[in-house]
Amino acid sequence: MKFRGTTLPAIQLSTLGPCIALLAACLFFTTQSDRFFSGQNFSLILQQVMVVGVIAIGQTLIILTAGIDLSCGMAMALGSVIISKFAVDYGMPPILSVGCGMLVGMAIGYVNGALVTKIKLPAFIVTLGTMNIVLAITQLYSGAQTVTDVPDSLLFFGTTFHIGQTSVTYGTLLMLALYAITWFFLRDTAPGRHIYAVGNSPEAARLTGISTQRVLMGVYVIAGLLYGIASLLSVARMGVGDPQAGQTDNLDSITAVVLGGTSLFGGRGNVLSTLVGVLIVGVFRNGLTLMGVPSVFQILVTGILVILAVAVDQFSHKKG
Amino acid sequence: MTATTSTLASVKPVTIFEAHNIVKRYGNVTALDGVDFELRQGEILAVIGDNGAGKSSLIKALSGAIIPDSGELILDGHKVHFKSPIDARRHGIETVYQDLAVAPAMTIAENLFLGREILKPGMLGSVLRLIDKKKMLSEAIRHMQDLKIGIRSMNQAVETLSGGQRQGVAVARSTAFAKHVVILDEPTAALGVKEGNMVLELIRRVRDRGLSVIIISHNMPHVFEIADRIHIQRLGKRAAVVNPKTISMSDTVAVMTGAKNPEDLPENAHA
Repeated sequence: MKFRGTTLPAIQLSTLGPCIALLAACLFFTTQSDRFFSGQNFSLILQQVMVVGVIAIGQTLIILTAGIDLSCGMAMALGSVIISKFAVDYGMPPILSVGCGMLVGMAIGYVNGALVTKIKLPAFIVTLGTMNIVLAITQLYSGAQTVTDVPDSLLFFGTTFHIGQTSVTYGTLLMLALYAITWFFLRDTAPGRHIYAVGNSPEAARLTGISTQRVLMGVYVIAGLLYGIASLLSVARMGVGDPQAGQTDNLDSITAVVLGGTSLFGGRGNVLSTLVGVLIVGVFRNGLTLMGVPSVFQILVTGILVILAVAVDQFSHKKG
Repeated sequence: MTATTSTLASVKPVTIFEAHNIVKRYGNVTALDGVDFELRQGEILAVIGDNGAGKSSLIKALSGAIIPDSGELILDGHKVHFKSPIDARRHGIETVYQDLAVAPAMTIAENLFLGREILKPGMLGSVLRLIDKKKMLSEAIRHMQDLKIGIRSMNQAVETLSGGQRQGVAVARSTAFAKHVVILDEPTAALGVKEGNMVLELIRRVRDRGLSVIIISHNMPHVFEIADRIHIQRLGKRAAVVNPKTISMSDTVAVMTGAKNPEDLPENAHA
C-alpha cells in the first residue's frame, strides 16, 4: 500500500498473503490435533471442498469482471436435482441427464448475463433475484424431496483411487484440472485477458474494440456451466440429488475468492489464489472440527476471515 | 520519378484527411454548422476553439464517435463513413482520449495490444486464441524504443507509471496501429511542465515517422510550440487556419474569441 511504486507488493499481498495464511492454519491445526497432518485428512479436505471449489471458479470469473453471483449455489442445487431426477424418474441415460444439468446451469448464467448487460442492472440485485427464483423452481420441481437410487455411473466422481495409503476422489482431480484449465485460459488467451480488461477498466476495454457485452455474457454462461459441473460433483459426493444443497455456497465461494486476494472491484486476482482461498476455508472447517469446536464457531471464524480479506482488498486497491 | 514526386510534395502538400460542409445538430442546437477541415500528410494540426465552438464535435465526427447529419469525409482520396470509433480505427485513424483509456492493473505490453493481441501462429492462435507473449513483449519494446519512451520493463503495470509515462503508453498504442492519422485529445492537460514537454517531444517523433497528427488543446504555448498549422474553430465553423510561425498568440486568441475578424489578419498569418 505504501509501496505503490513497484509491482512487488501487489504480488506479495495478493498471492503470498493467502498462501502464508494457509500454511499458518495448517501449522496451527497440526499442533492442535494429531489427526490433522495426514494424507488421508488432506484428501478428505479436498473432497469436502470440491463442490464449492468448482463453484468458486465461476465466481472468480464473475468477480474479475467486477460482478458477483449470489445464485450460484441455487443453480448448483437445481442442476443436481435435474441430473438425478432425469436419470432416475425418466430413465434418461446418465450422460444425457448430466448434459441437461449443465444446460440448465448455462441457461441461468445466460439470464443473469442478459439482465446485467442488456438491462444494465447491478449483478448483486440480478443474482439475488435469480437466486430466489431458482430456489423456488428447485423446490417446486423436486417437491422438496431428495432424489435417491441414483445410477452408479453418476457417482463416478465420488469414487476413489489410491496413492500409497491415501484414497483420493476422482472429483478432486476434476476440480484441480478445472482450476488448471481456467488458470491457463485467464493467463494465456486473448479472451482471458479481455476478462481482466473489462473488470479493470470497462471504458478502456470498449474503446480498444473489445465487446464488453460479449465478454460479460461469456463469463456468466461459462460460470453457469461450471455450476452444472459442480452439480454432478454434488450428486457424486452425496449419492443423492439434494434440493437443499448449496444453500451457503454463494457466500462460501465469495469468501474463498476474496480470501484468495481477488479484488471485488474487478480486474485483479487469479483463479489459483481462489483455490488457496477454498483450501483456507476447508482447512479451518476441518481443523476446528478435529479440535472439537462446535460448528457455530466455524461459521463465526469464516465471517471474521471474509471481513479481514475484504478490508485488505479495500485498503490495497482503493486508489486503483 | 521519386525525386519528382517529392519536389511536387514540397510545393503542394498532400491532403490526407478532409471534411467538407459537416453539419451536426442536437435538437435545436447546431454544434457543427457546415465546417470544413483539412489535414495534410505528415503535419501536426492543432484544433483550438472556445467552449461551444464545436471543437469536440468536430473531433468526434472525425474519429467516428458521432455520425454527422450531412457533409462528407475524405480519407486518403476516398470517401468514408464511420459508424463508430472502431470503424474509424479500421480505416487507420487512432484516437487517444483525454481520460486515457488504459487498464491500470494490466501491463504496458498488454495495454499496447489490448483488443489486438498478437496470437500464436496456427491452430493455437486461431482456435485456442493463445497469446504470443514473447512476440508481444519484443514488439512492445521495439515500438517504445522507436518512440524513445524510456520505460524499463514492459511487464510493469500501467498504474505504477507517472502521468506522462501513461500518456506515453496511450500515444504509443495509437501510433502502433494508426495507418494515417492520430488524434490526441488534450494530451498535456493533466501533466506537469517536464512531463508535458516529454509528451510534446513524443508527438513530434510520431509526426517524424510520417503519421499525420491532430491535436486538441487549450494550452496555447503548447499549441504554438508544436503545431505546424492551427485550425481555429468558431461558432460551429472553421474561422481560419493560421501559421503559428507568423501569427501572434494574442491575434490567434482574438480570432478564436471573435474579437478579431480573420480577414483583418495579415496575409502571411494564414496557412
